[in-house]
Amino acid sequence: MNILTIAYKSLRFRALASALTALSVALGIMMMVAVLVIYGIVGETFSQRSVGVGLVIGPKGSDLGMVLNSIYRVGRAGEPMPYAFYKDILLGKDKEWADWIDHAIPLTMGDVTEEGAFPIVGTTAEYFTVEYVPGRRFMMRGELPLQPFEAVIGSRVAAHNGWDLGSEFRLVHGGAESDHIHNETFKVVGVLAATGTANDKTAFVNLDGFYMVAGHEKPVGEAVRRLRDFGFTVTPEREARLERMAAHIQKEHEMTNRMLEEAKKAGQPPPKIVPHNHETPDEFKEVSYIFVRTKKPSQSIFLTGLINEGKIAQAINPIPVMYQLMNDLVGNVRLVLLVLTGLIVVVAGVGIFVSIYNSMADRRREIAIMRSLGAHRMTVLGIILGEAMLLCIGGGILGLLLGHGLVVIAAPIVEAKAGLILNPWKFEPVELALFPVLLILAAAVGILPGLTAYRTDVAQSLSE
Amino acid sequence: MSLSIRNLLKSYVEPDGRRLPILNVKQFDIASGEQVCLVGSSGCGKSTLLNVISGITTADSGTIHIDGIEVTRLPEPSRDRFRAQKLGYVFQTFNLLPAFTALENVLLGMSFSGGKADRKHATELLDRVGLKHRMHHRPTKLSVGEQQRVAVARALANRPSLLLADEPTANVDSSNQDNILKLILEASRENNVSLLLVTHSPDVAKQFTRVDKLSDFNTPGAAA
Repeated sequence: MNILTIAYKSLRFRALASALTALSVALGIMMMVAVLVIYGIVGETFSQRSVGVGLVIGPKGSDLGMVLNSIYRVGRAGEPMPYAFYKDILLGKDKEWADWIDHAIPLTMGDVTEEGAFPIVGTTAEYFTVEYVPGRRFMMRGELPLQPFEAVIGSRVAAHNGWDLGSEFRLVHGGAESDHIHNETFKVVGVLAATGTANDKTAFVNLDGFYMVAGHEKPVGEAVRRLRDFGFTVTPEREARLERMAAHIQKEHEMTNRMLEEAKKAGQPPPKIVPHNHETPDEFKEVSYIFVRTKKPSQSIFLTGLINEGKIAQAINPIPVMYQLMNDLVGNVRLVLLVLTGLIVVVAGVGIFVSIYNSMADRRREIAIMRSLGAHRMTVLGIILGEAMLLCIGGGILGLLLGHGLVVIAAPIVEAKAGLILNPWKFEPVELALFPVLLILAAAVGILPGLTAYRTDVAQSLSE
Repeated sequence: MSLSIRNLLKSYVEPDGRRLPILNVKQFDIASGEQVCLVGSSGCGKSTLLNVISGITTADSGTIHIDGIEVTRLPEPSRDRFRAQKLGYVFQTFNLLPAFTALENVLLGMSFSGGKADRKHATELLDRVGLKHRMHHRPTKLSVGEQQRVAVARALANRPSLLLADEPTANVDSSNQDNILKLILEASRENNVSLLLVTHSPDVAKQFTRVDKLSDFNTPGAAA
């Protein structure tokens, strides 16, 4: 019978106390593992591995706000840029970066779905053909949204709203708190498989369809001012042409409104709004952001420099921005949680110490009997250390299983609430470090009771 | 010669600092295979003598040889190992470990001797003391008589050359008393183990051919 077997049998004899003591360690480890796994996923979500966007170009403003809004669909977009910036400057054939760009995908944002208030992103079909994170492309049921008023929805939108191919929805203008619901309906033609990114909680609509929605066209005066801000020349003739186009568009919208009011008066359901026949002039279009990937990484750096030289737009590599956020905020929260859970484990360790130390008074005779049978002092010290080790390691293994089990339970809730896809069985390498730490903890909490055993006066303890 | 004691002195320090002499044994010997009953009143030093012989307690001076080895000169780890390998000890209060079954208690004694725990031998010993059917029971599930029989099996587990028994029948009823004593005598004889049994019971002493009174050779009050 070796030392660990003797230690195990001693623990088994005090099964309830041992189990409760190990459980205290297990609970600490469980929380630590859960924090590690969840923050591992969070870290990954906000890291290079989860951002497939090379550069984000948008109006001048906060780097972080732009990245959070464009990629993570958090917060509000700033004042958008004229569509001409995308078409004539970024994609301008005469520009020095003309050959650098692999793809440039425009995004317009600001509206939300009427049901569920999921963010709306107006974009082109190309969005779904590029990698959304390095090495991973969208998996989709259905088709690309090639026609105006066609939409593709993320997995969480589909699950939450119970939407599928053929479902139709309307947009709420300007955000969830707005009460302006656009009349136009978009039809779901594609449903994305879960990606573990903000795409899951996004409803993508065809960019042209987005522009056709009544009220999405920029008023002439503002459009002209914004064009001039971005360095475009708007002649009086062009301005007059825009005024005529705006009047035509306005007439169509009024006709639509009339149809809706008549139906309402007649007590009939609102008629389905037929997409407008007009083409929205580029001057009335806006883009919130442009996702750009260059053919070579170095070109990305040059392009960033060139764009940022101007005063109206900025190009940002989202990775360092998110890395900074992770380090400054999320990383610190993780550290605080790890320290707290670490303290829980230490408290559990103190519990083991108290448990073993208190039992020493009752076990002095047992120790003395072992010594009288020929056990060395070091042997009895080893048995006590072995007990502490078994409690810590046993509790640690249980804690690992419970921790991952907790993530199993939490995964659907976190996915539903935050859109993060948690893999409960994803093993964080740092979890391996728990065991040496637990062994050190076992040594620390076992040494004093162990020394008590070591110093036991055999003759005296046997005579008591 | 199995046990040879010469000029053994042992005293305890009292709380007020004075030394209280317990043992002063000029000479005491037990031949190989001999069975000796040592009698004396309570508190006369019988248990202390066994503890000193077994190395549980160290002597102040003097020598103890067991099987030709001077155990009083051995450092503590060697003394522990020697105790495990060469001595068997049966206590008045059995001193079985409650966390372990009867078999495990016997195996435990083997484990500390440095050798491999011989499960077959342990089972044979439990069979010899009539407890094969109870070997997987913990001490709390055994009667006092059974517990003492397990203690005898454990004491013989490492095939000792000297068996020390400290009032082994004091805590068992009269019907078990005879059985236990008989078992100890027979088992030690079968295994050619020298036996030193201390008791204050005349009934127990009657079973021995050699009965020594501790007071005859222990004179703690005399000058060393």
